Amino acid sequence: MTSILETSVADCHPASVPDYIPVEQLRDLQLQRLRTVVTRAWQQVKLFRSRMDELGLTPDDIRSLEDIAKLPFTKKSDLRDTYPFGLFASPMKDVVRLHASSGTTGKPIVVAYTQEDVDVWTSVLVRALAGCGLHRGDIIQVAYGYGLFTGGLGAHYGAEGLGATVVPASGGHADRQIMLMRDFGVTAICCTPTYFLHLVDRAAELGVDLKKLPLRAGIFGAEPWTESIRWHIENQSNIKAFDIYGLSEIIGPGVSCECFRHEGLHIFEDHFYPEIVDPDSGAPLPDGCEGELVLTTLSKQAMPMIRYRTRDITRILPGKCECGRTLRRMDRIGRRSDDMLIIRGVNIFPSQVESALLQIDGTLPHYQILLTRKQGLDQMEVQIEVTPQMFNDKIGALQELHQKLQGALDRVLGIRVQVALVEAHTIERSEGKAVRVIDRRAS
Amino acid sequence: MKIQQISLFAENKPGHVASPSRLLAREGINIRALYLADTEKYGILRMIVTDWKKAAGLLEAQGFVVKVTEVLAVEVDDRPGGLADVLAALEGTGVNIEYMYAFPYVRGNQAILIFRFDDPDAALEHLQTAGINLLGSEELLKE
Repeated sequence: MTSILETSVADCHPASVPDYIPVEQLRDLQLQRLRTVVTRAWQQVKLFRSRMDELGLTPDDIRSLEDIAKLPFTKKSDLRDTYPFGLFASPMKDVVRLHASSGTTGKPIVVAYTQEDVDVWTSVLVRALAGCGLHRGDIIQVAYGYGLFTGGLGAHYGAEGLGATVVPASGGHADRQIMLMRDFGVTAICCTPTYFLHLVDRAAELGVDLKKLPLRAGIFGAEPWTESIRWHIENQSNIKAFDIYGLSEIIGPGVSCECFRHEGLHIFEDHFYPEIVDPDSGAPLPDGCEGELVLTTLSKQAMPMIRYRTRDITRILPGKCECGRTLRRMDRIGRRSDDMLIIRGVNIFPSQVESALLQIDGTLPHYQILLTRKQGLDQMEVQIEVTPQMFNDKIGALQELHQKLQGALDRVLGIRVQVALVEAHTIERSEGKAVRVIDRRAS
Repeated sequence: MKIQQISLFAENKPGHVASPSRLLAREGINIRALYLADTEKYGILRMIVTDWKKAAGLLEAQGFVVKVTEVLAVEVDDRPGGLADVLAALEGTGVNIEYMYAFPYVRGNQAILIFRFDDPDAALEHLQTAGINLLGSEELLKE
């Protein structure tokens, strides 16, 4: 019971008030904001205007929240096609910030913020961090990259807005991160779960016991992760691990975040309206059904997103959260509709590989999936970095481990894959985000 | 009497043995014995070096996965039946040899073999009782 009491005290940050507003009031607010944002996009964004025209729609056709389903979707390709500024709804003189994606699959995408957008972004992050039990007096290390990527600056503004002390470590330099955590008495860290796992390993190598540090919370996002990873992180470092979700196209981190119940992520739906749709047909699905998350920014000015297809597969959790927030919750993102791999006709998700690896003595080694094509047949190789825990000086023991991994992967995936044990630190890591799949089938 | 052996995981690719040996050379650590156990895809590089603590630290800092194991260095008469005499001392004791390899230096009429036992302490006791000479690290590692 103490934890509930402690957290409700922590939740008393003034920014958190909208987390608890009555549902009817929230729906009214959403409808009012939806009508405003649709009008804004219709007036200012050529692409949106022409798509509305094609459907014979005007902003006046939005009379209820259900009417949102009439509106056209926005896709990632729309941002690329209108690169760099084609979807902006504010003149540049009102834009105070630009961010851009790293552009792994072609041109980057650019997103813009007015001062009010930055303020909204800060406020949702304050609410997210407060919901994780953080407050003024906490020392928060931001180990997301600072720069064009939204993670670093987003978390920074949120932590500062909360009144906490911010350590803007940015990404990389694991040894320095660990030194800062220890020497500054850092109580919370924001980074990707993969990067934190790396810090856990590195701290062990350096002889730093994370369990003895004041660190008590980690706010992890920017990539999907699993309950098994949470279990692993919490056991190795004695912290509480929280899942935060967001995407640059909508605002950056802070679209939704777990509260201390860890039963789904509360969507800050006074600013981001969620829908779940069938990923193939685009038809809306009721709460509780799994499908693709579609988000509409209700208050964004510089770059409103109407019905943005996130490609993330989740569901809206039915029922109320015991924390008392009226905000609906989404399930943790287990997969994306586009990270599904089809290998010799079988659907495979990288998260399945992860769960197979975790079956072997509970550790999660760094891994990568390499896809190639040999004589017209797809080949899948799972490369696994040998960890100190896995390594043994006896060949027989390594071969046994190899067979165990092979067996677990075959069982979980239902197809035969090659397993390769590789040396530690040889699989590429980019900006702390794990690159899980390399597909060389096309070349 | 036990000797610390360091083992490294290495992929079976060109250059994968060269880089740890270069690293040790740079720090003035001499590899006194080396044995590579390999499969088609990967191998285990086992070494006895002049300063195992420093070597293990350096290799770990460079990202290698290192394991330190205790082995025994046994003096064996360099004649037919020399090894059989040593093994006879362990017969019926339940001690198993995991692997063994020859240490590349010979003293007079004695060869030196490195043994990795499943129970090095028990093996040590049985061998000493049987009067078999074991070498300590000072003796083994002197240049």
